[in-house]
Amino acid sequence: MYTSPTMTTPAASAQAGTNIAPIEPPEKMQAFDRVIDADGRIEPQDWMPQAYRKTLVRQISQHAHSEIVGMLPEGNWISRAPSLKRKAILLAKVQDEAGHGLYLYSAAETLGVSRDSMLDALHTGRAKYSSIFNYPTLTWADVGVIGWLVDGAAIMNQTPLCRCSYGPYARAMIRVCKEESFHQRQGYESLLVMMKEGTQAQQDMVQDAVNRWWWKCLAMFGPPDSESPNSEQGMRWGIKRISNDDLRQRFVDATIPQAAVLGVSVPDEDLKWNEERGHYDFGPIDWDEFWATVNGNGPCNKERLATRVQAWRDGQWVRDAAMASAQKKREREQAA
Amino acid sequence: MTQKTESAPPLSEWPLWEIFVRSRQGLEHKHCGSLHASDAEHALQMARDVYTRRQEGVSIWVIPSRSITASSPDDKGELFDPANDKVYRHPTFYTIPDEVGHM
Repeated sequence: MYTSPTMTTPAASAQAGTNIAPIEPPEKMQAFDRVIDADGRIEPQDWMPQAYRKTLVRQISQHAHSEIVGMLPEGNWISRAPSLKRKAILLAKVQDEAGHGLYLYSAAETLGVSRDSMLDALHTGRAKYSSIFNYPTLTWADVGVIGWLVDGAAIMNQTPLCRCSYGPYARAMIRVCKEESFHQRQGYESLLVMMKEGTQAQQDMVQDAVNRWWWKCLAMFGPPDSESPNSEQGMRWGIKRISNDDLRQRFVDATIPQAAVLGVSVPDEDLKWNEERGHYDFGPIDWDEFWATVNGNGPCNKERLATRVQAWRDGQWVRDAAMASAQKKREREQAA
Repeated sequence: MTQKTESAPPLSEWPLWEIFVRSRQGLEHKHCGSLHASDAEHALQMARDVYTRRQEGVSIWVIPSRSITASSPDDKGELFDPANDKVYRHPTFYTIPDEVGHM
């Protein structure tokens, strides 16, 4: 699934990322800049400025956390899927999200941060994950809308990351993007079935889900470029390739025709095609609501984190038992 | 490839393994990522679930990350540059008359 590009508050991000060069050895910094300027790739053992490493650890681990927490809203519906077919599909999708989390944790670990420390940061609330998962999945239509819109936004955001300057992150993203297409298509198709063959109540349910998720999805691309101080440094370093506002515009342009095929509308009175720009114009996003959710006051923040921590605790005996078993096996082999 | 971390990982953490997958018979095993597992057998099971959910492989190798010895990026010049001036190692170094045809 997905992580917002900048999930620190504007004030916090304004402190990070700027004026880092003077503290680094100039010769190494120049060599690093040359690689970046030539659109080259940085690999784990290469020298890199501390701020580059720090930015990547934050972004990749947040991204990994988002994949893992992202399993929860949809996981709620596995036991309530309307058919065996939809249940199998949803199981496969949620398993994919776990896999995406694992690819990304591994990529972050190549930067010298341990898996346990990342998980600890998540479980103690120090690390952020995508705010989109702090909203509830009220009906079965939400599962379809998450696939279509949330994963659709994720694809829009993640595709440029396949060309990220940090090799392990780019390689993880290539793997993720290959699998993400199934996620979006299964969601869209499940909505299509309800819209084309369903009852009025089912169609209303789809429209209601679109109404609730639309603006949250637009906010997923992060703050406007004018208020996103981290973005510039990210662009410079080849960690970010396309700006928040440009990605958001692409998403709107791609999605509106899909909504028309589906037969749903989006809840935006200002939405209209702008012939001159060749893009859709759309209304303002409620950033206060977005930041309230980022800062822990969304409808499900506490529930998601509590579920995640509980799952980690419940799994402790499994991790311990596996280690004990491996140890026993080693001892037996040594004795033989 | 995963660099060793500076500080020792906590004991609770499963060791790290590098995963290599052969995508089909006739091709080599290729590095595809890493994962944590308690032992080799466990690593194989995990690798199957993490890296071959869509028939991406027919064979998996798992290797403890700590067993890998890697060349250092600082030695890049010393190790690889000497090959740069040995152009005679490439077929294009030699001019052969056209009438010889493909060689």
